Amino acid sequence: MTKIEAIIQPSKLDAVKEALREAGVDGMTVLEVRGHGRQKGHTEVYRGAEYTVDLLPKVKVEMVLPDSRVDAAVQTILKAAKTGKIGDGKIFLSRIDEAIRIRNEERGDAAL
Amino acid sequence: MMRTFLVRALLGFVLLTAAAACYGHAQTADATPATGGAVMASPPVQEQVAQLQQQVADAKSAGDNAWMLVSSALVLMMTGPGLALFYGGLVRKKNVLATMMQSFTMMALITVLWALVGYSLAFGPGTRFIGGFSFLGLQGVGAAPDPDYAATIPAQTFMVFQLMFAIITPGLITGAFAERMKFSAMVAFMVLWSILVYSPMAHMVWGKGGLLNAALGGALPTLDFAGGTVVHITSGVSALVCALYLGRRLGYPKEPMPPHSVVLSFIGACLLWVGWFGFNAGSALGAGSLATSAFVATHFGAAAAALGWAGAEWLRNGKPSVLGAISGAVAGLVAITPASGFVGPMAALVIGLIAGVACYLMVAKVKGMFGYDDSLDAFGVHGAGGTIGALLTGVFASSAINPIFKDSQGRALASGLLEGNARQLLNQLAGVAIAWALAIAGTLVILKVVDALIGLRVPDEHEVQGLDLSQHGEEGYNLEA
Repeated sequence: MTKIEAIIQPSKLDAVKEALREAGVDGMTVLEVRGHGRQKGHTEVYRGAEYTVDLLPKVKVEMVLPDSRVDAAVQTILKAAKTGKIGDGKIFLSRIDEAIRIRNEERGDAAL
Repeated sequence: MMRTFLVRALLGFVLLTAAAACYGHAQTADATPATGGAVMASPPVQEQVAQLQQQVADAKSAGDNAWMLVSSALVLMMTGPGLALFYGGLVRKKNVLATMMQSFTMMALITVLWALVGYSLAFGPGTRFIGGFSFLGLQGVGAAPDPDYAATIPAQTFMVFQLMFAIITPGLITGAFAERMKFSAMVAFMVLWSILVYSPMAHMVWGKGGLLNAALGGALPTLDFAGGTVVHITSGVSALVCALYLGRRLGYPKEPMPPHSVVLSFIGACLLWVGWFGFNAGSALGAGSLATSAFVATHFGAAAAALGWAGAEWLRNGKPSVLGAISGAVAGLVAITPASGFVGPMAALVIGLIAGVACYLMVAKVKGMFGYDDSLDAFGVHGAGGTIGALLTGVFASSAINPIFKDSQGRALASGLLEGNARQLLNQLAGVAIAWALAIAGTLVILKVVDALIGLRVPDEHEVQGLDLSQHGEEGYNLEA
């Protein structure tokens, strides 16, 4: 089982969700986060006081999939989220030790 | 069919009853006792004229009183929710309720104080500096007008109108010590400040026998139509003293502390603008053309100042901000306050423009230069704006708008500098200086006393946690609920 964490532009969330649904991925968790990689922030001014905002709003989409389905899901996300500009985001993959469905306590791939 | 008939029958019945009533009234009016044996057809002409005069006076009073009651409500609205929202949006989320509570507390606390002793000290007869105790507990303040102040409205209307000013003035000071003052200390401070600073200043400028009262023959007549000195200078300068005494917020100026909701501040500022019509035009104490003049001047001052601040920001920063535009409007309203009933519309535009640009520089440049933490710019906008406005009143005041000074034959004398009265500028300076002095001295003493008794500032952990939780046990936004 592999966890996919995709940090994407907030404006791309709808496209990514749609594409994943069409690709047959049922479950995901969406978080509103702030962060940056190489993308520069911006400056805000309130009554003469300047504030540099370098933590930019992003969206993180998480899902845990059976290993066999991971590559297809990653390709789907890449296609839907890419604009070609700095700030597009990143995808991380990590190994998951166990998954348990709370309703009926199924374990492993059956729980995904 | 049936319904039409019933409606017509009802209408006919009503008309018949009305006709009968009129006839009956005419009959009883005719039945007055005869004088000297002759039968009189109607009451003597003198009685009728006297009755008519009373009715005319009542009608005029009704117009004036209606406007004054509306004005009073508008001024209260300036505090709640106007100022509460304006200031509330400017602080960090963790302090939004505490900030609003400061304004709201004034609405309740100052009201009781005013009723017990505040009104008497401000508007009761006394010395040149303070009123006496004739109106303690509002005795003698009833339906009958107090002709020294406003001859066509009940004394109680005048009292409640003035109360709304007494409420908002201390509310303005809270902007200086936002996010770090103990609630209990603020309450104690405000009780003392209202009695020791506000009432005396109000008495000097507006009270019977007041030293600075231009309308009632004060020795140093200061033109202050709606409270540039009484409200804005006293609160603004006191704010500066508080900011310096209490010290900066933890983390200021390195830690970013942007407003948590310019949206709330925007709504508050617009409510302030609209409410200010009651503040300034209501200070005409009647519904006549002077109220109109003050209304227009107020609006024009706000508009020009908003453009001034936004324009200055646009030039200096490359972008005009919303916070800047609304702050500009407020600065203009502050500056036009003392001038509103003395200057014409074009002068109001000039005053507004000057105030908008000057207050922007105060806040964006001067504050940073000196490094004091006047959190919400109470001094930068009200102290500075009030001072500028009071001095410009001496420049632009015109007897054509309001003949406040008259010679022994009752002819109007020149009011301000441009009209030929250079001396008035000195008087304005005197009024301004006294306001500054009273604010500084009074505030320092009160701060020292309250600090010694209960301490002014919250402990560091409470400041970090936020005043909403530490002082009031609440959170402003429970959006996950």
